[in-house]
Amino acid sequence: MNFDDLTRTERIIVCTGSGGVGKTTTAAVLAMRGAEHGRKSVVVTIDPAKRLADALGLRDLSNSPKRIDGPWAGELWAMMLDTKSTFDALVAKYAGSEEQSEGILANRFYRNISEALSGTQEYMAMEKLYELHEETDFDLIVVDTPPTRHALDFIDAPRRLTRFLDHRLYRILMAPTRGLVKALNVAAQAFLRTVSRVVGGDAVNDAIAFFQAFEGMEQGFKERAGKVGALLSDPQTAFVLVASPRRDTVDEATFFARKLHEAGIEVRGLIVNRVHPRFGEALPEALRERAHTLVGTDLGDLYTCLADFQQIATEEDRHLRGLAEHVAPAPVVRVPFLRSDVHDLDGLELVAEHLF
Amino acid sequence: MDPGQFFTASRVIIVAGKGGVGKTTVSAALARGAARSGLSTLVVEVEGKSGLPAMFGQDDNLTYIEQTISPGGGPEGAADIRARTLTPDDALLEYLQDHGLSRISKRLVNTGALDVVATAAPGIKDILILGKVKQLERTSDVDLILLDAPAAGHAITFLRSPRGLLDAVRVGPINTQARDVLDMLTDHRRCQVILVSLPEETPVNELVETAYSLEDHVGIGLGPVVVNGLYPPLKGIATDPRVAAEEAHASLRPGEAEILSKAADFRSHRIELQQEQVARLAELLPLPQIHLPFLFTSDPGPADVDLLADNLLAGIDALQPLPESGTDA
Repeated sequence: MNFDDLTRTERIIVCTGSGGVGKTTTAAVLAMRGAEHGRKSVVVTIDPAKRLADALGLRDLSNSPKRIDGPWAGELWAMMLDTKSTFDALVAKYAGSEEQSEGILANRFYRNISEALSGTQEYMAMEKLYELHEETDFDLIVVDTPPTRHALDFIDAPRRLTRFLDHRLYRILMAPTRGLVKALNVAAQAFLRTVSRVVGGDAVNDAIAFFQAFEGMEQGFKERAGKVGALLSDPQTAFVLVASPRRDTVDEATFFARKLHEAGIEVRGLIVNRVHPRFGEALPEALRERAHTLVGTDLGDLYTCLADFQQIATEEDRHLRGLAEHVAPAPVVRVPFLRSDVHDLDGLELVAEHLF
Repeated sequence: MDPGQFFTASRVIIVAGKGGVGKTTVSAALARGAARSGLSTLVVEVEGKSGLPAMFGQDDNLTYIEQTISPGGGPEGAADIRARTLTPDDALLEYLQDHGLSRISKRLVNTGALDVVATAAPGIKDILILGKVKQLERTSDVDLILLDAPAAGHAITFLRSPRGLLDAVRVGPINTQARDVLDMLTDHRRCQVILVSLPEETPVNELVETAYSLEDHVGIGLGPVVVNGLYPPLKGIATDPRVAAEEAHASLRPGEAEILSKAADFRSHRIELQQEQVARLAELLPLPQIHLPFLFTSDPGPADVDLLADNLLAGIDALQPLPESGTDA
């Protein structure tokens, strides 16, 4: 199944890969193609470059998709994920009362969770995906994933958050407020003292207040996280790996493909952006030699120029071959260096020409 | 500016930039440049893995224990280059051990309680790393400490962490730590940041944002900006291959002229785009620039690092002595 088929038939496409490889652009192109197929499609982006965001009409973070006008048969919608308000909405949904919800939203520790806890952004991206999947009539949902070094975090994120909310420390922190200080074992007391000593008493009090306010909501959160996790490993969710041909991102993509495979998820396609062009079949070594004998002449420079590109193209080929084998039989598309940065709909069309 | 003066202007240099702009390569080139100027360097990596040893022809991975990756006294430099990692978990363990809490420290990390702690006071992981760098600044015997910072925008969060923590944690060792770190970061004779970018639109935009944010919110001193990955100019590629062949009294194979010409066009066009971005950067950010060439390899080794160091030292040579404050122009 090639990328065109993916955008025609799949319901959910998740674009993953390391930072700076063009995930956002790729996600936008896939969603646009879906719209061209007459489908109602939406792209959820995380952190788009400003001009691309402008082109997509995404001037602000928002929690609901906005429609983009264009010459397609279907509809194209886009949104830029607002982690905090997504989390806030989730809290409101599972809170037993308005007071409980307000108590949590006002808590400083909660604000830290929704902004600073590693994995929160990843989880909220997946949460938003689940919400769009459950509650909207989009035919195609394309999600960009946060630029993280540990690209697997987002698969793990729902579990990590619930583990966090379920943490033993929770009980340790809660205990003193219930007059159970004496019942706490020595280790737990030492533990709490340590934490206070490191981060200060205020921070610990904030945390205690948070866990108190949160009491009773863990179950709802946990069930939701379970469903989000299940959607990610559902066969109707297609994972597309995005990479650049540089060795480090190829290594990360390979690692990622393996981890996905271990999690029972197969990569459905590989898109490699910013590939250097190859000019003819001459070998870089031979061209270098020729350049060397012609050193000081314009022709020598011309051979050096060609040799440089043949060399980098050869190296990129070598890096990509292993990765392509790893994701086989998934299709692999190479998008060459474009003549300029992609920051408007025409730019997206240009990428599309290589993808489809 | 004399390279010796450049490398001793501050004991700590923080190398920061968006992922994929070549921070590690630039760190390697800076270390090599310092070594050639007779100054020993310690490179500190804050992310677990690093291509740094390979750039110096070494196979080993970096560890929390300092190791020499390029011994001094040879043709490649008069002084040692050493390197180590400095991850938040390790830094926390060491911090707790130093404070007589080693028994509990392992549990804090192993149970994932570090996450809870780090959430209670965001920036704590960053402050532990920067605190350790500050300690190294005081105790290490090297001339220069190079911190290969986390990828921006994390770099902004990372370097703003002490200010944030000062507000969040008003007493105790973390507060003291944050204050000490902030003192170091804002003292231009102790610490400066070298921002790295590629000559492309998005990285340039982000670099400018990062630069102003660091100056305004941290008060940190900015060194020259390193623009990495510029295609080296080749004067001869403007000439038509057929004409060039005639001039060189050489003959071309069938079809070769077209191929040479296509490669030359591609390069000229990219050089043009890169120059536009370099000019745009100069316009948006009045900091001196040092230009490093694109390496037509994705596995840079010692020879490549040397080439970059040559360019870096030439760039430093061309610098005017830095004004007191970078972006106030």
